[in-house]
This record gives sequence, structure tokens and C-alpha cells, in this order.
Amino acid sequence: MSNQIIQGILLGGYYALIACGLSFMFSVMRIINLAHGSLAVFAAFALWWLASRFHISPFLGLLIVLPLMAAIGWALQRFLLERSARGGALLPILTTFGLAIVIDNMLFEQFGADTRSLAPYIGSLSYDSWEWPGSIYVGKLAVIMFATAVILLGGLQLFLTRTRLGRSIRATSEDPDTAGLVGVDARRANAIAAAIAMVTVGLAGAFLGMRATFDPYAGAPQLLFAFEAAVIGGAGSLWGTLIGGIVLALAQTLGAQVHPQGFLIGGHAVFLVVLFVRLSTSGLGLRGLLRLPSRSAP
Amino acid sequence: MSAASTSPVIERGTTTSRIAAIAVAVIIALLAIAPQFLSAGAVDRMTALFIYVILAAMWNALAGFGGLVSVGQQVFFGLGAYFAIRLADAGLNPFASLFVSAVIVGLVSWPLSLFMLRLRNGEFAIGMWVIAALTHLLVNLDRLVQGETGTSLISLNVYDAGTRRAVIYWLALASMTALLAILFGLLRGSTGAAIRAIRDNEDAAASVGVRVTGTKRLLFVLAAFGIGIAGALWLATSITFQPKTYFNVQWTAYMIFMVLVGGIGTFEGAILGALVFFLIETWFGGTGVWYLVGLGATAVLFSLFLPRGLWGTVEERFGLRLLPVGYRVRLPGNAPADEGTAPSLERTTLDQEKA
Amino acid sequence: MSLLSVENLVVRHGLLQAVRGVSFTVQRGETLALVGANGAGKTTLLRAIAGAHQPAAGRVLLDGADLTSVPSHRRVGMGIALVPEGRKLFVQMTVEENLLLGKTAGRPGDWSVDKVLEMFPNLKPRRHAKTGHLSGGEQQATAIGRALMSNPDVLLLDEVSLGLSPLIVDRVYAALQGLIVSGTTIILVEQDLNRALSVSNRVICMLEGRVALEGPSKAVSRDDVTKAYFGLHRKSPGSVPA
Repeated sequence: MSNQIIQGILLGGYYALIACGLSFMFSVMRIINLAHGSLAVFAAFALWWLASRFHISPFLGLLIVLPLMAAIGWALQRFLLERSARGGALLPILTTFGLAIVIDNMLFEQFGADTRSLAPYIGSLSYDSWEWPGSIYVGKLAVIMFATAVILLGGLQLFLTRTRLGRSIRATSEDPDTAGLVGVDARRANAIAAAIAMVTVGLAGAFLGMRATFDPYAGAPQLLFAFEAAVIGGAGSLWGTLIGGIVLALAQTLGAQVHPQGFLIGGHAVFLVVLFVRLSTSGLGLRGLLRLPSRSAP
Repeated sequence: MSAASTSPVIERGTTTSRIAAIAVAVIIALLAIAPQFLSAGAVDRMTALFIYVILAAMWNALAGFGGLVSVGQQVFFGLGAYFAIRLADAGLNPFASLFVSAVIVGLVSWPLSLFMLRLRNGEFAIGMWVIAALTHLLVNLDRLVQGETGTSLISLNVYDAGTRRAVIYWLALASMTALLAILFGLLRGSTGAAIRAIRDNEDAAASVGVRVTGTKRLLFVLAAFGIGIAGALWLATSITFQPKTYFNVQWTAYMIFMVLVGGIGTFEGAILGALVFFLIETWFGGTGVWYLVGLGATAVLFSLFLPRGLWGTVEERFGLRLLPVGYRVRLPGNAPADEGTAPSLERTTLDQEKA
Repeated sequence: MSLLSVENLVVRHGLLQAVRGVSFTVQRGETLALVGANGAGKTTLLRAIAGAHQPAAGRVLLDGADLTSVPSHRRVGMGIALVPEGRKLFVQMTVEENLLLGKTAGRPGDWSVDKVLEMFPNLKPRRHAKTGHLSGGEQQATAIGRALMSNPDVLLLDEVSLGLSPLIVDRVYAALQGLIVSGTTIILVEQDLNRALSVSNRVICMLEGRVALEGPSKAVSRDDVTKAYFGLHRKSPGSVPA
């Protein structure tokens, strides 16, 4: 059982990875990007294509795919979201939902319905494990994934609080109008934030492909996982995202113990329970469940 | 100066709208007798069209009038079909179970609304999707449904194919007409003023005493009920129930497409959007994936470049109003000043500038 | 040549015309006071100069260069800084972070966090406090400091004394006096007429979006300004109410 808990915690690292881009974009641009999951799957397919066609290891492939994702994020903000956000808070939901449909079906058109995985291209890493005291075996990949999540979240936190660009992004997220008046180019700050968010999505896509299988329509569940982890941990900091991811993963693990179909049900259920408790104990629902990651208590 | 030429005139209907009202009655009458003249295939297609109109009108009621964009409305579509299966299995007449099912869906949506309506914008949208995903998984657990294998509305087979087809057609036509009439009545009545106030500026509406949450809840439950009927009717036309098909987010994608293209927040727009979607599906539905890519891309383009949709743009350009749900003030010698029919997704952007 | 000039500026909020054809110039080192009733268009005018509002017509020139299509963040780089009405601090960020944001435009100059803290000693102990937790006076000091951090040529101050106790207002104005002496060009909106007249070289009184009176602060009488303030000066022969 303790073995399962550890596996669950490590899986939480993946959910934190996929969630942090979603909540980061929400906190800066006030947009929930419904194409989030589809873009992660797109990154996974890009890595798969590089690996299967050109024999580029997925880790090396990231050197190509992450800059590509950054460019996509920048373009997404400049050409779609910026325009759509001018129409109010609801329009970007529709724009990004339409985008998700386009991405999913283009992937289907290009790669067919087969499920793919990056596992064959990362050698023994996909099944190697370390033995921990108490004869607990932890997968090396899972540990790397968790460590990546921690480093990424910590790095983002440092970036947002310690750098001039990070401060500009936080100022823009708080009040874009006033940010302009103190000399911050809010459009640029938003585009950079979107690029950063997409880099995290690219990383999440890579780990999705390495630890599991994916197909062109795998984006929707990834979006839901990301949203759930972000909301569960959404009380404050970027670290909340990690806690949210872990809680989600543990609930899924527990659900799978109870019933063969229980994995997903457990995750959705814990999300709704957290939501219910939070909505009934505070007026938070009116002000938003997702919070700015940088608004953590010091 | 005479008062007649300077004082503004407040009007509801216009000549155009009175002609339109007569036209609507004629169209419904013609549609009612149409099965006598149409081929079996055409009757089925028309039934599908009616269901699309219901879906579009209901999603529009929620998003366009209630300001609640949901990407999880497939939950009510799926539940409408599922409860119908359950009721028919329990021995209820299959046609009756279609409607009892929708009523149950409406009842279920009430407690759900207490919870979900406290979420805002994107959180509500995706929260509804989570609800749909969870409901789908739970329905799969029902032994009757046998997981993704699904089941059928077997009891409908006691009727011969011709009767079945015609009855479903009439039920779909009647449901569509009734739901549109309810929505029209709501929008024209005192609730309509509240709905338009909320649509234009929720906070301001609340501050002048509009019951925001109550009005939104009404729309939420109406949309759930209507989409439940649509799901049950779809089940009746296709007989088989596979959870994956009914709880598919594609249904919401269709609703969004229809409403965005037709004109979000306009009564006529949703109907027009359903017609456009129906034609596109008829012509391009066979092209498979590219058809879906096209739908998604069209939705993106409309949201960016024509957020008022086809009808909203026509209305704005020509001041045309076929089925007037609001009032408008006509200033002498001026174009009519629109009163609360401009669809505004902008209502959430607050203008905080100070003069 | 004048440092800043505003030519026939018209600014609209939707259908409402908040500024209706305003023109004036400001010389380098001058302090201009803008007075007028609520809704006269003072804030909108300042925000349009800072680039927060796009004018419907007219131009804003800085050192002869047309700023009309220049976005607000680049105007900061060109030397215009606004202390907005209501202070508009980034409340989730600390005093120091707010001040550092003022440096974003990267103009050369000698303003630094330490220098601002020297000017407003009350901020020193609050350096790492979130600005949302500050008192009104501390917030105002931070807002002024943030604008100074960009080393502006023209400082726009919108109702810096609003909501502050008289004692704090004195302190803020004492700090401003230092700036004025050092030669910073200032346009300030101030409700307190006596203060506005005493601190400035020149005064403009706005009424319903237009300039109702303009003159040297020493030369205009309090009575003239009051009349312009309420629109009583329009009683001159030949003028007909619209």
C-alpha cells in the first residue's frame, strides 16, 4: 500500500507539470485555455515523429520541440487570444475550444487513430527502477518526472519574484492598464507568459508520451486533469499546484483500488469534493478558484 | 413643433415582425403535414434538424442570455437518453419515457445548479466538462448499459418503422416548437428584462435588484431539460445507446458552432446556426475528419472576426428584427436605437474609466 | 520650444466626450495646476497625455515629437510618468517591487529605490511589505516614487492628496517642492485650490471638458478661478447657452 502511495505521489508530479501552464496562463491573462491538453498531445506527437522518423531521442527532441512550443505560445497569444480577449471573458473559451477541435482532428488526420508512446525511444528508462528501503520500487522515469516538476515550479517562482521580466508579468496580470503606465509592455509580457506556459505544456507532453500512451483525442482528459489539479491546489502558490497534482493522483490510485473503473472516477470525485468544500466554506467561488501563482505568501 | 414628430416611439413588434409571426405559424403547419410528402430519409433528416435547433437554442439560452458558457452540456444529452433507457426498461411506454426522462434531467440539474453556478466563466465551462466526464463514467457502471458496449431502446421495436418515424418526427417538431415558445415567452416577459440586464452587465443588474442567480438557474434548468429532450429524441431515432456517443463533447462542439455562427445572444441566430450546421453536415459530413477541422476552424474564425455571428451582424447592420423579444426606441428621423438586443460577451469587461 | 504641448485634444468614453478640444503648452521646469469640478475631464486629460486613452482627435507632442500613436509604455520611456488617480499600486507586490517596476523603461537618471526611500522616510520600514497593506500616505508615497523611478521629464500627478489627512498631504507636498526646485516639469490635478495656486506657476481651470480659464498662478485671483470652476464666467455678453 505504501508502494502505491509513493507511486501516486510521483504521478502527482506529472499532474503538476500539466497543471502549472494552465494556471499560469489563467493567472496572467485570465484565460482558461481549452486547447491546453490538445497542445500537450501535439508536443507528444511532435516528439514521437522526431523519434520514429529521424531517430532523435525524445530528450534531444525537446531541444527542438520546446522552442517550437514557445513560438506557438507567443503566436497563440498575439494572433488569437489577444484579439479574442477583447471581446470579453467568455469569448476566449470558445476560441480555444474551437482550436482544440482543430488540433485534435488535424492530429487524427496526420497520425491516425493508433495509440502511440515514447517509451520505446527512451531505452530502459521506461521500466528501470530504484529499490528503496522496505522493498519499494520506484520507477526512474517517475522520479525524474517529479523532480522536473519541482525544479520547474521552483524555477518559475524564482523567475516571477526575482527577475525584472517576472515582475513585469506579475504587474501585467494584476493590472495591465497600470502596467503600461509604469513602462511595462503588457502585450509583450502576455506573449512571453504564453510562451513560457507552452514550454511547460511541451514538457508535460513529453512525460505524457514517455509514461503512458496517447492518441489524437487524448487532449481532453489531459485538460481535465490539469484543471482539476490546478483547482484542488489553487489556494495559493505554484506549490499548491504540486499539492493539487499529488491529491489528484492519490485519489485516482485509491479509486483504482476500490473498483476497476475507479481510477478516473476517484480523481473527478475528489475534485468535486474539494470544490464543494471550498464553495460552501467561503465566498471564493465568486472571486475565482484559480489564483495567481506568484501571489503566494512569502 | 408637433409632439408627434419629435417624441420617440416605443415599439415591440415591427411590420416585419408581424409578417414573421404569420410566417412562423405557416411554416410550423407546413412542417407538421410534411411527413405525408417526404421520403423516409428526408423525414429522418428533418427530425435531426429539429434536434439541432433544440440544442442550439438551449445552449444559446445558457450562454447567450445567461452568460454561462458550458462545454459540458453533453451531460444532459447523455442523461436524457440514459434515463429514457432506464424508464423504458422499467416498463414505461417508450415514447412517454422520452419526456419523463427529460423532466428527470431538469430535476437533476436543479441541485447541480446550486453548486455549479457559483463558478465563473472558464471555471464553469470546464467544471461542467468534469461533471459530464464523471457522469459518463458512472453511467458506464450501470449493468444495463454494459459499459461502452451500450444497449438499445428495444421496446420501441413494437411499433412498425413507418409509425415510429412519423411519431418521432412529430415529437421532435412539437418539442422544438414548445421549447422555442417557452424561451420566446421568457425573453419577452418580465424575466426577459432581467436576462438582458444580466447579459449586458451582471454586476450592475445585481445592484439594481435583478435576481441574477435565480434567473441564471432558470436558464440552466431550462437548457438541461431541453437538451435532455434532445438526447432522448436522438435515442429514439437511433435506438442504440452507447455512452461514448452520447456523452461525447462533440455535441457541445456542435452547439457552440451553431450558436457562434448563427449569432450568440439572438433568438433567431441559434435557429439560423442550426440550419447552417444542418446544411454543412449534409454536404460535408461525409468528409470525416476535415469536416470536424472545418467546424473547429469556423468557430475560431467567427469568435475572432464575427463574434456577433451571422444574425447578430445582419440585425446590427439593417436593424432587422423578426421575432422581437425586447423593446426599442425609434427616434424620429434616426435609425432605431437598439435596446438590449446587442449580444455582449463583453458584459464581463467592466469599464472603470473615469470621465 | 515648449516641452509638452496638447493640441485640440478630444477624448471620448463611448458616446461621452470627456475632453472637448483642449490645447495648452508646458515649458520645461514649469509646474502647471489643473483644477475643475468632478467630471470636468482632468483625469481623462492626464491619462490621454500618458497614453492610457487614445484621443478621438488632436495631438500630444513631446519635444516636438507626435505621441498620438505611441502606446503608454513607450511614453514612459520617452519621459512621461503618471501618478494615477487612486494610486493604482500593484497590491500583491512589495513596495520595493513596485518601485523597481518603475525602472522598466530603463531611462537613465539618478532615481533609485534608496533615493526614493530617502525622500519618503516613512517607506523605509515598509520596503518589503505588500503595498495592499500600507496606509494611504505610504501608498501615495510609493505611487509617486514608482513614477520617479522612471526618471521622467514630465511628471503627471492626479489628485495625490485625495483621501489623505492634512498632515500627510503637507508631507507629500513638501516632497514635491523638492522636485519642483530640482527642475522637474509637473502637471498636477488638485482639488484644493489654495494649494494648487501656491505650488504652481500656471493654472488651467477646466469645465465640462474645455479650458475655462488659463493664467499665471500669481496673476489669477481665487475669485476668477472659482467663477470658471462653476461656469459663471460664461455670463459674458453674447454667450448663449447651448
